[in-house]
Amino acid sequence: MTDLMDRQDAPERSAPTVVIDRNAPRPLLTQSRRALGGLRRDDLLTIGGAAVSAVCTALLLFGRVAPAAGAFGFVLVAYGLFVITYALLVWLRDERPAVVDKVMAVLLGSAAVVAFVALFSVIFFTLWRGRAALGYANLYYRDMSEALPTDPLSAGGIGHAILGTLIMISLAIVLTVPLGLTCAVFLNETGSRAAGIVRTIVDAMTALPSILAGLFIFATWILILGFERSGLAAAISISIMMLPIIIRSADVVLRLVPGNLREASAALGAPQWRSVRHVVLPTARSGLATAVILGVARGLGETAPILLTAGFTATYNTNPLNGPMVSLPLATFDFVQSPQPALIARGFATGAVLMVVVLILFAIARFIGGRPAGSVSKRQARRLAARSARDVQRFDERHMEAS
Amino acid sequence: MVMTAKPVECGPVEEISLPSSMVVAPSAPLPKVVFGARDVSVYYGDFRAVRDVNVDVYEHQITAFIGPSGCGKTTVLRCFNRMNDLIDAARVEGSVTYGGVDLYHRDVNPVEVRRRIGMVFQKPNPFPKSIYENVAYGPKVAGIKGNMDDIVEKALRSAGLWDEVKSRLKVSGMSLSGGQQQRLCIARAIATEPEVLLMDEPCSALDPIATARIEDLMQQIKNEFTIVIVTHNMQQAARVSDRTAFFTTEVNSESDTRTGLLVEVDETDKIFSKPSDERTENYVTGRFG
Repeated sequence: MTDLMDRQDAPERSAPTVVIDRNAPRPLLTQSRRALGGLRRDDLLTIGGAAVSAVCTALLLFGRVAPAAGAFGFVLVAYGLFVITYALLVWLRDERPAVVDKVMAVLLGSAAVVAFVALFSVIFFTLWRGRAALGYANLYYRDMSEALPTDPLSAGGIGHAILGTLIMISLAIVLTVPLGLTCAVFLNETGSRAAGIVRTIVDAMTALPSILAGLFIFATWILILGFERSGLAAAISISIMMLPIIIRSADVVLRLVPGNLREASAALGAPQWRSVRHVVLPTARSGLATAVILGVARGLGETAPILLTAGFTATYNTNPLNGPMVSLPLATFDFVQSPQPALIARGFATGAVLMVVVLILFAIARFIGGRPAGSVSKRQARRLAARSARDVQRFDERHMEAS
Repeated sequence: MVMTAKPVECGPVEEISLPSSMVVAPSAPLPKVVFGARDVSVYYGDFRAVRDVNVDVYEHQITAFIGPSGCGKTTVLRCFNRMNDLIDAARVEGSVTYGGVDLYHRDVNPVEVRRRIGMVFQKPNPFPKSIYENVAYGPKVAGIKGNMDDIVEKALRSAGLWDEVKSRLKVSGMSLSGGQQQRLCIARAIATEPEVLLMDEPCSALDPIATARIEDLMQQIKNEFTIVIVTHNMQQAARVSDRTAFFTTEVNSESDTRTGLLVEVDETDKIFSKPSDERTENYVTGRFG
């Protein structure tokens, strides 16, 4: 007891002394990267074991107890059993928080798997059903004017629909991007009551069914103003669908620009428009590109308004102001309604081409949008370093002249 | 442009009767008053953030604002370049003069005010642009003629940053360290050649070495600029400033909010050695209550 008391009074006496022998051979340090996250072998075995046991139990249940149940029910039951088995296995070794953590990780992981499977099965299904038509080069540049429905895949093509889609989406981009971005800037930069009203209207427009946009342009542009059905009319109708999406997402992105950058610009005596033009918009550039992508994706997929406003045609039409024009989704819709297997394959191939067009447009938008402000790729970093080196040279020359 | 033409609103500066404590030693010529705040109160909506501030800022001096959190130092500072205008609900009462001109006169363009009165913020906030463009932004906005290379080099040299960044001027300003970013912000503010530099706790996010560099820098540039600095750090105020204003808060009994007020303003030595007000003494000696 006294010993304890003594220690409390003089803790330095009880402090353990570590003797370091400096002459001792150092342990061989093998520097290998330590994996901090990820799955260990144990986890994989637990998951695998749980999965095997769940599938077997489900097979037993469905084979012996309820032989008639369908495949969907089987998957559902097997998944439920898997989660329960896995939780039990983890619970054997770990504490409650670890069990909750691991079970949640498995649930979220399987949600991601479901999402990816759904996405890839859509892509794969389209490519698979269209595989017969995708191999023919004429698909990409011929039109359907001289091809009969009974013709083989070596005749005709969807060049007219590719061109139509590109013309319509280009026109729609020209209409919506300046309008959408200006509107988003207005919503962000003016805190007026008008901005609140506009925001509400834009929200309401987001929920507008696309057929109504088509009908609206059909009624105003074609019936009342008396224009013909044309690519331009279709572009206007899909603009109505794209605009609210671009505005809302650009609005969110602009709101993320740090307020202290606006303040810094204002404190340097920059008028508001100048801060927006030179600070706010460049800072938000990559996010704005995403906003445009979202809008374009919506516009590319529209079918109903195009049918109403641009009609349908089997031939090339390069004039957006006159005559019917067809887009890829509309052509797809038309092809797959046919009873001819060749035309159905062509329809799926058209869908596949649409996906490729979307992919290319996304790549372009990403390229223009660039990386988030402030971060640079390795190549950009090298280019910036080279330009800085030229600066050094320029400044050196100037110093020489001055002296 | 408009500002220079305006007549003096609140009488010539010399006629303002100063409390005896505010007059500098009689032998020295009275320095020119840059800012004069008279009975300034700032409201955010119905809330009165700071009340009845009377303070003069003299040319080529460093004036420090010290005081506890929430006492309205920054709010008053932001009155001097009309940054409070950017906050919708903010309202300024009383008069703020700049070189004898009422800053809040109807005809005074706030953008022009901010062009002449530079500001450095608490958190370094370089634009996501290159170092060169960060510095060149202000002069470009102001339409300053002349070789931009010269302007950029001069500003970066004044901010003591030139040697560190001269080989990577095209690299993003956000890739610099915190202290370098803050000096970049100072370079950016002085590139437009303002007459006054307002600094809102410029060193609060920096380590002691970066802080010392910025304090040195302030001493070097005070011959060219008038500096007003808000700081939480009393030692910093004592080290760098010529005059110090002490703010404190008072609790509003009915609404349980706090309103800031200016207790006293005097030469820094006096504030820290024998202040006239007891509250100042309690604060600077660490017995704040």
